[in-house]
Parts: sequence; C-alpha cells; structure tokens
Amino acid sequence: MSAMLPYVVRRVLTALPTIAIFACFVFLLQKLLPGDPVLAMAGEDRDPATLAALRVQYHLNDPLPLQFLRWAGNALRGNLGESLRNHDSVLHLIAQKLPVTLELALLSTLFSVMIGIPAGILAAAKKGSLWDNFARGTALWGVSIPTFWFGIVLIIIVSVNLHLLPASGYAPISEDPWQNIRTMILPAFVLGNAQAGILMRHTRSSMLEVLRQDYVRTARAKGLPELRVVMAHAFRNALAPLVTVTAVLLGQLLAGAVLTEQVFSIPGFGKMLVDAVFNRDYAVVQGVALCTGVGFILLNLLADIAQLLLNPRLRAS
Amino acid sequence: MKTGFLIAGALMLATTTASAQTLRIGLVDDPDLLDPAPGKSFVGRIVFQSLCDKLVDASPELKIVPRLALSWETTEDGRVITFKLRDGVTFQDGEKFDAASVKFNIERDKTMPESIRKSELASVDSVEVIDPLTVRFNLKKPDASLLATLTDRAGMMVAPEAAKQAGAKFGLNPVCSGPYKFVERVQQDHITLERNPNYWNAKAYFFDKIVFRTIPDSTARLASLRSGDLDVAERIEPTDVKEIEAQKDLKVVSATSLGYQGLTVNVANGSASKAAVGQDKRVRQALSLAIDRQGLMDAVFDGQFTPGIQAVPPVSPFYSDKFPTPPRDVEKAKSLLKAAGVEHPVINVIYTSSSRIQRVAEVIQAMAADAGIELKLISTEFATQIQEQTDGNFETSLIGWSGRPDPDGNIYSFYVCGGGLNDGHYCNKNVDAILNETRLTTDLAARKALYEKFDAIALDELPIIYLYFDKYIWGMTAKLQGFVAHPDGMIRLENVKLAQ
Repeated sequence: MSAMLPYVVRRVLTALPTIAIFACFVFLLQKLLPGDPVLAMAGEDRDPATLAALRVQYHLNDPLPLQFLRWAGNALRGNLGESLRNHDSVLHLIAQKLPVTLELALLSTLFSVMIGIPAGILAAAKKGSLWDNFARGTALWGVSIPTFWFGIVLIIIVSVNLHLLPASGYAPISEDPWQNIRTMILPAFVLGNAQAGILMRHTRSSMLEVLRQDYVRTARAKGLPELRVVMAHAFRNALAPLVTVTAVLLGQLLAGAVLTEQVFSIPGFGKMLVDAVFNRDYAVVQGVALCTGVGFILLNLLADIAQLLLNPRLRAS
Repeated sequence: MKTGFLIAGALMLATTTASAQTLRIGLVDDPDLLDPAPGKSFVGRIVFQSLCDKLVDASPELKIVPRLALSWETTEDGRVITFKLRDGVTFQDGEKFDAASVKFNIERDKTMPESIRKSELASVDSVEVIDPLTVRFNLKKPDASLLATLTDRAGMMVAPEAAKQAGAKFGLNPVCSGPYKFVERVQQDHITLERNPNYWNAKAYFFDKIVFRTIPDSTARLASLRSGDLDVAERIEPTDVKEIEAQKDLKVVSATSLGYQGLTVNVANGSASKAAVGQDKRVRQALSLAIDRQGLMDAVFDGQFTPGIQAVPPVSPFYSDKFPTPPRDVEKAKSLLKAAGVEHPVINVIYTSSSRIQRVAEVIQAMAADAGIELKLISTEFATQIQEQTDGNFETSLIGWSGRPDPDGNIYSFYVCGGGLNDGHYCNKNVDAILNETRLTTDLAARKALYEKFDAIALDELPIIYLYFDKYIWGMTAKLQGFVAHPDGMIRLENVKLAQ
C-alpha cells in the first residue's frame, strides 16, 4: 500500500497541467461563441449607453489573455468569480448544485451497476441462450431510448396517472429525506437505465474474453462448481475494465444530465450550465467546467487505484 | 396504538392545512436578479408582482390604477406630475415608505450602474419631496407613457436602507413593500416568498407561502400540474389547452398578450440591408401579403392566438379598426414582386430555435414559397440572435416583443431614427415627428389619431411585418378562485384563494 503513495502523488501532479489546459480551452471556446453577455443580460431593455458602461464594469473589453489571467488568478485564490446574471458567487452556486448532481450521479450509477453487471455476467455465462438474447435486446433498448422521452412516459404513468411519485421537484436530503428519495427514484431510474445497457454490454464482452482463457478451462477441469468458476475465477479478472467504464460513466454524469434534469426539474449542474451558456455567463460556465473537470480527473485516478488493487500484475510493474 | 393513529391523523391534518395555504406556481424560466432596477426577465416580473409593490398598476383594461400612489396630477404643459402617496405603508423590514423613498428609488434606477431602467426614466429630470406623502416628478419634456412605465419595474419601490447596504447584490435578498416577502431561492429551482402581515392590504392576500418553481419543459410543467405538484402553471402551450379542459380538476384561463411576434427587416443596418427585402418596400409588402395569418394560427397554435398587422393588440385602446388584418393575396404579392423586378427573391430569416418558433418559421416559409419568395431559415439561440440584430448581420429576424401597456413601449424605440431597439435602422423624419408628438399629449383620442397616422406609414413601409399576438395561457387547479387573466402575462394574487 505504501508503494502506492508516490504513484498517487505523481498522478495528481500530472493532472494539474491537464486542468490548466482544460480551463484555458473552456474559456476560449466560450469566447468563440457569438453573442455578448451584456446584451444577453439586458434582453429586451437594451440601451446602448448602459450596455457600454456594463461592458467596462465587467472588464469585457479587456484583451482575452488578460481576462483569462484575471480569472485564473482569482481561481487560484479560491475565488471563482460572480455570476453576471444574478451576482451570486459561483462557489455558492456550485455548493448549491453539487450535492444534487452527486446524488443523482451516484444513485443512477448504483442502479446501473446493480442491473448491468449481473445481467452481463448471466448473459456471458449462458452465451447464445434465450436469456443472453433477452439481456442483449434489453440493453440495446436501454442505450437507444432517449432519456427525455422515457422520463416523460414514466412521469405520465407513475406520477400523473398512478399518483405514486412526484412529477418534478427536488427536496434536499437534509430537509426531507423521504421526499428526497421520492423525487430521485424516477430520474435515477431513467439515467441508470441508459447506463445499465452500456455496462451490461461491457460486462458481457469482458466476461466472454476471460471465460475463454486457459485457467478457466483448468478450473472447470478440476471439477469446480460453475458458479465458483464464473464468480471467483472469471469475474474477478473481468472486473478491472468494468471499473474504468463505470468511472467514465459516473464522470459523464458529473457534468450534469441536462435532459433528465430538465424533464424532472432537478436543480443540478446540467441546467445551470446550459442556462449559463445561453446567457453567456462566463464565470459560471468556467466554474462549473472546472469543477466537473477536476471531478472527472479524480474519478479516473480512483479507478486506476482500484485497478492496481484488483490486478497484481499492474502493481508489480 | 390509539395514540399512534391520533398522531398520524393530526400530522395528516397538519400537512393538509399547510399545503392548502401554500400556492405553487410553475414558471417557464429561471428569473434573473430579483431587483427591479437591473431586472430584465419576464418571469422575474411575475415574482415582483407579489414581492414588490409599485406606485401605480395597470388594470386588465390597461387603465392606470392606484397602488402606493393614491392619486396624481399632471400640469397643463405635461412637465410636472405630482403624486399623493398612501399613508402608513412600511417596507418588509419595517422601514417607512414615504416621498423620500420614491425619490431614492427613481434616482437609484437612473444612476445605479447595473440598472437597465435608465432609458425608461429618461424623461424624468428630478424628483422632489414636497411633504412626506407628496412627491413631484419634474420632466425634461412631457411623457405620456411615463405612468404606464411606472406600472412595471420602474415604479416598484425597494427599501432604501436595505438597498444602500446591499448595493449590486440587493437582488440576492430583496426587501420591498409587496404582499409577500422573500424567504429563499435556489437558482434554477425555486423561489419561496412568505406572507407580509404588515402589508397595507394584507387581508386581500390569502396564502401563507408562495413557491415559484422553474420548469422550462412544457410537457414536464403540464405533468406537474396534472399530478398536483403545481397549483398554477404559466404559459401553457396552446396545443395543450384541450387536454387541460378535459380534466375535471383543472381549468384554463387566458388573455391576449400586449406584445407581438413579427419579422423585423434590416432596411439600413450595414451591408445585409442591401438585399431586395431591405431596399424595396414592395418586396416586404409581397411577403406580408403572402402570409395567411389565420392559417398560421390554425396550423401552429390550434387557432388560439390572434393574427394581426399592428404593433398593439386588439385589447389596447390604441388598436385601430382602420387597419384590419388583410386576407392572403398571393396574386397581388406576385405582381408586387414583378413590379419590384425581383420575382424570386431569396430572404434570410434568423430566429431562436424553440419548437414553437421553428414551426412558425416553417409555415411562413411554405406560404411565402407560393408567391415565389424563398425564405432561408437560419436557426440560432436568443443571445446570438439579438447580437446579430444589433450588429446588422441579418436580412429579417423573426422575433417577438413582450409588450407594454402603453403603445409607446411597443413602437417608439423600434421606429425612431437611432432608437435603442431599432435594429433595422429604419429612419423616417415624418414618423419621428408623429411619434414624438404622441408623447406630448395625454388625450386618448388625440393620441389614437396620431398612432393611426403612424400606422398608415408603418404598414406601407413595413420595417416590421407583424404576424400575430400571443396569448398568455395559465393552467390551474379548478379550486383556484379569483384569478384575473391580465394581458401583461403577470400573476397578481390579490383576492386569489384556493377553495377547500
């Protein structure tokens, strides 16, 4: 375990330039968009003199490198700036949304792991069987079905017709845990459904790969029960790539699941990011992107560490 | 066991009463800063109706009615307006409302760097405190639309001490004098207000709490209304009206909007204005004649919206019967094009890509094609669209205006030479003269006659081709009583209650 520390430190250090380049990239992409934040802010009430004064006040006329350095300097000191649209601090906005996004991401990933991995194992173990075809068909359905459509259908059935769960809204877990769970079930199911399909396919192919190996044949030849062969011998080795896939899926959710959030009116990162892009609210876009980027890199790091723990061969090298 | 039941019963009772006193309103968008000075969003104005009281209001018939100002008098020359204020009004933090607060608010609107009320209040030279309940507005020149302006954010009074302390961040924790005070807000999610027991007319407001929730997706908003998670949903899609009407526990209320949808034509803003549609009014007339406005309403809005060719809707006292919506005339359109020497013009149209506007654009495109006009549809998003408009990178732009109670707000800045909203750079000295004259008189008949003179020119030259007037459609629980549909699309909660 102690040998892992230098590895982690090295990984964190190499991640820093990645984050810097990423932040710079997001900043430039935003500036490439047509549209003026002050004009977007003023909307119908645009008076040229007021707009010009606001541009000066928010330093929007400064050269781009200066604007970026000002942002980066403040960010290094822990200040991600202020939203142009509502003058709230970006850190406060992120603090409001991060728990929601994290909860939704974790719940849907949990859901997809619980469905996708067992289904994948079964499909691989019984390759070509009815069950295999059924699982593959369902996975294809899960991957290809649009989340917003599935979400709306579920709302109409479960909320509007059966009145079982709320159609929209969010209650923080600290205020009302029961309502929190009730509002999260449907969106987590919708998102998890799509991911379970992906995960099932990866599990199946990874398992098939391992089940073909010589040592599995040896295990079977020794007369081990099939369950033990599949779970203890094959699955452990098939698990390594799945950890990476799960981490990537979870990472994608950290950027927010815009459509699902929209349909269920969940105040996560996705909706905030889209609104901020439409309003050219640069500081918010920048802050959320940074936060998501760091989260993604952290997740990958955790996945790699998990790989090390799972695979002794990697540890040796 | 028995006690358990009792407690459970009591709890259930408690929840029912609590929820009966909360009104949950579904908004289309997330409001911006909750401060009337820099505030720009339509949904923000809806929240302000409950949060911030104003000097005067507009009735559904667009008459100016008293709120914080009980009466007002304009001098003969129209350059001084004196307001008598309501006595005994306090802000939500206990600060007293008086003439000095009015002076503070108008000056704040005029000087705060973030304020976008400056052009609305440009005619106000100074505000004088005569006595604690009398305040005088000295104007640079007569301004017939000023009272109508004061029915909106420019006339909303914020608490001076709180505003001085918070500066630009006032909107994060607004303190006004309205019937409901600010409690909390989660961006993109909800805004909660609670009853202000010290409001001067508190007995006319029946809810303990108002929760505004942001639900942009129209299907999700409707589903939340149907599942009982919302009591009111604003801007229901016209195509969903029948579905709501079929529900016993829901109802629909609607009002034709003060705003319009139309095609703004670039007639003189940069090189894009050199296209035939910008240079020759006959091409614009042909395009207008090629559009079957009623057909457009039927195809896209289930016939719910009102077709029109004027800048103000039929509900306005300034709507003129002399300019009815003409029927479609493809032959005349073709002959106009022939006379203009461009039988098959290609016209670019920029528009914001929402599903509703997309359909409008496609139907217009098909109709124009019958007259030999090819419309090239260029979809964009709102921030880009207004940028392209101000920069002159457009031939025509399909865009709406949310509307103001006074016609000046729908017309003046769009037509006068160099007007702040005149993105097509239309400029006609005669129009300027007429529109400036409308500001000098408060006599309704005289102003109406002037606007008819304006209509005659504008409908001939067509720098804006008006298409239709939206309708605000609210879906709500059938238990809601006392809701008055207002053409400004706002939600006013005076005398609104939930039947048990």
